[in-house]
Amino acid sequence: MTGKTRIKLPEKTAVGDVIEIRALINHVMETGNRKDASGQVIPRNIVKSLTVTFAGVTILKAEFGPGISSNPFVAFHMRVPGPGELVFTWEDDAGQTVVERSPLFVS
Amino acid sequence: MRCVPVRSSQPARNPAWTFPLQPTRILIAVTRRDLILRGAAAGGLIALLGAGRTASWAAGSSAETAGPGRSPQFEEVLQSILRDAEPVDGAPLTLELPELAENGNVVPYRIAVDNPMTDTDYVRTLYLLSTSNPQALVARFQLIPASGKAAVSGRMRLARTQDVVAIAEVSTGQVLIATRRVEVTIGGCGNE
Repeated sequence: MTGKTRIKLPEKTAVGDVIEIRALINHVMETGNRKDASGQVIPRNIVKSLTVTFAGVTILKAEFGPGISSNPFVAFHMRVPGPGELVFTWEDDAGQTVVERSPLFVS
Repeated sequence: MRCVPVRSSQPARNPAWTFPLQPTRILIAVTRRDLILRGAAAGGLIALLGAGRTASWAAGSSAETAGPGRSPQFEEVLQSILRDAEPVDGAPLTLELPELAENGNVVPYRIAVDNPMTDTDYVRTLYLLSTSNPQALVARFQLIPASGKAAVSGRMRLARTQDVVAIAEVSTGQVLIATRRVEVTIGGCGNE
């Protein structure tokens, strides 16, 4: 994967707020169903999981199949317990891992 | 005055040349159609087609699409998720999808459960299933009470017009299910 990611968090949050977090990673999500010009099956290589932790606690474990569009995007929620760091870990079939950290600011 | 032959910029058109081409073109079409039908019958070889145009052609001409069917793989995956649970259809689970998807490669979805997300009552897992894609399990999301809201969205691929199914497992043991039909104009399962 190219490793390019995009994360969107609200800039201002308060304790107790339920916020929406959006995460995207650039990845072809090769399904393993396609064949190239010579008729050979293009091997599957998809992002198989995204794990999001906050202050060490896993708040989301998303597992993807080939039916997820390329450049997989997820929007999910979290109740804000306080300030901290969100850690996003994507893992693909080829064993590549991309980790992104994003601080959460709480007023 | 001498007659000078005029050279035209256009090559001489020989009407006889067009005829041999026609039968050949039809032959190719028949062969490809054969391949498509056999491929569709073999299950999940829609990707063989390459261009989106042929994909939609196959979707229309395949004998098995008398309305969106449920693949045996889908039934297997559904059974492995539900096991002996009796799912409740609909609210508080909602599955949002467009009624018509112009591009089967990027179909936005949203799965939401109206649930308090407390320690004793929270949505544990959300599943997104396709009844007609080569692979039935599209995604699985595991949440915790601190997720605050049981709502996830993203984008999926749909190989052709079909039903999409969402399942929610609540910590109380309750299982919810919702189904939505999506019409797909140009199928996509990695054919971008």
